[in-house]
Amino acid sequence: MASAEFEELVETFEFLDDWEDRYGHVIDMGRAMPPLADDQKLATTKVEGCASQVWLVPEVNGQGATAVFGFGGDSDAMIVKGLIAILHSLYNGLTMVEVSAVDAPAEMARLGLNDHLSSQRSNGLRAMIERIRAIAAAAQA
Amino acid sequence: MLDVEKIRADFPILSREVNGKPLVYLDNGASAQKPSVVIDAVTRGYAEEYANVHRGLHYLSNLATDKYEAVRGKVAQFLNAAHEDHIVFNTGTTMGINMIAYSWAMPRMQAGDEIVLSVMEHHANIVPWHFLRERLGVVLKWVETDATGALDPQKVIDAIGPKTKLVAITQVSNVLGTKVDVKTITSAAHEKDVPVLVDGSQAAVHMPVDVQDIGCDFYAITGHKLYGPSGSGAIYIKPERMAEMRPFLGGGDMINEVGRDVITYNTPPMKFEAGTPGIVQTIGLGAALDYLMDIGMDKIAAHEDALCAYASERLTGLNWLNVQGHAPGKAAIFSMTMSGGAHPHDISTILDKRGIAVRAGHHCAQPLMAHMGVSATARASFAMYNTKDEVDALVDGLELCNKLLG
Repeated sequence: MASAEFEELVETFEFLDDWEDRYGHVIDMGRAMPPLADDQKLATTKVEGCASQVWLVPEVNGQGATAVFGFGGDSDAMIVKGLIAILHSLYNGLTMVEVSAVDAPAEMARLGLNDHLSSQRSNGLRAMIERIRAIAAAAQA
Repeated sequence: MLDVEKIRADFPILSREVNGKPLVYLDNGASAQKPSVVIDAVTRGYAEEYANVHRGLHYLSNLATDKYEAVRGKVAQFLNAAHEDHIVFNTGTTMGINMIAYSWAMPRMQAGDEIVLSVMEHHANIVPWHFLRERLGVVLKWVETDATGALDPQKVIDAIGPKTKLVAITQVSNVLGTKVDVKTITSAAHEKDVPVLVDGSQAAVHMPVDVQDIGCDFYAITGHKLYGPSGSGAIYIKPERMAEMRPFLGGGDMINEVGRDVITYNTPPMKFEAGTPGIVQTIGLGAALDYLMDIGMDKIAAHEDALCAYASERLTGLNWLNVQGHAPGKAAIFSMTMSGGAHPHDISTILDKRGIAVRAGHHCAQPLMAHMGVSATARASFAMYNTKDEVDALVDGLELCNKLLG
């Protein structure tokens, strides 16, 4: 399952049959996402294993399994920032239980963007998803 | 003139598509594609001619040994070394330089001794020397490039002091394409009794190399960049230096006799080739060198120089693109950044959708990246099979990057 916001995005992408338009949309989403402040770009928020830089700042409301998950994110690469914005639409506002249930590669495949999650890509998306899942798992422990 | 269409037909992978577009392979600085003669030599090596080398007396072992050992002479011919015994096989430049660090440098250096190197070295020609800095207190003396990316040989020569024990320098920068006058540097270093190691990983692919003319003590090459198999390579070592080296890797093949309390070693170059080597890889490298020598390195260099001039002209015309390095006579390697927020990864991702392979990152040359004040670049590196049409495809792809990212 995914958020309503993500379902809207899937519909939008269905109208964009050309990859240039899809990438243009991804890049626009990245531009629209608020940047992190410099003091939020720390070693602790940096996602390891990325050739381009990626930061993830979780914003959790509540406690335990019913806590609501959100995050801020940033990257120095524009396409990666756009992919972060897509992950934001996928996860934002879900409870921790719902976060754990999201099959991110399958959802990204619905947008035709799952190749960015292959192990060969060092853009940090996989590491970012792993960190989100770890936060959700810890909240339910 | 080099018949580029004929050459392209020799490389099966060049006719494939990537992301629905004809492949435009411009990541040759990282690794080159393989011609059919190399692929066939590897297949034949395993299908018909395989056994361990230097061991058995049976037919296949003799055949494999003959095929393998014949490559030593081909490497010597390719580099114009005086004798094939001056060639040590290895897995490539990284292993070659590490071996020199352990076998030759480590036993004869102490705290305060200096190694001179340029700021545009590849990590393979930096990290082994860092080991000596960490473990022995050796000092690394860095020589910087000028604003165009050129390296003044006099600056390298001036950096050689009374405590300098080695100059370790690339002949062609893998990031900027800058060519270094290693002959002038070697000649001046030798006047001060300082040996010179040349990283020929990029240079040997793009221009004729004559180690006797350069006069250097060590010249390292990498097979996979020379259109040969990955895991193949060699280093030229002057016999005087080879005589000073102690073995680095111990094991089979490099020994003469092993007892409980005594050991004697095989004669060089075998003394420095422990264990079962990359037999078929090396045989494949031999096929690649035959192929290159048959075409002629001078013809390859002329073709690539023309490509370089054309690419320089077209890329310079893009006023939102920064090409790092404009040294006169540079090799066809272009490191690029875009004005504005586009990251080299963005450029690489979009070019990939167009079937164009470039490399994005620091290119194993972080000191150079720091010197240039960038964290990464997108690099297009050309080879003998690339065409002007592919330069045009790159420029069109970059235009799209600017449209989407600019």
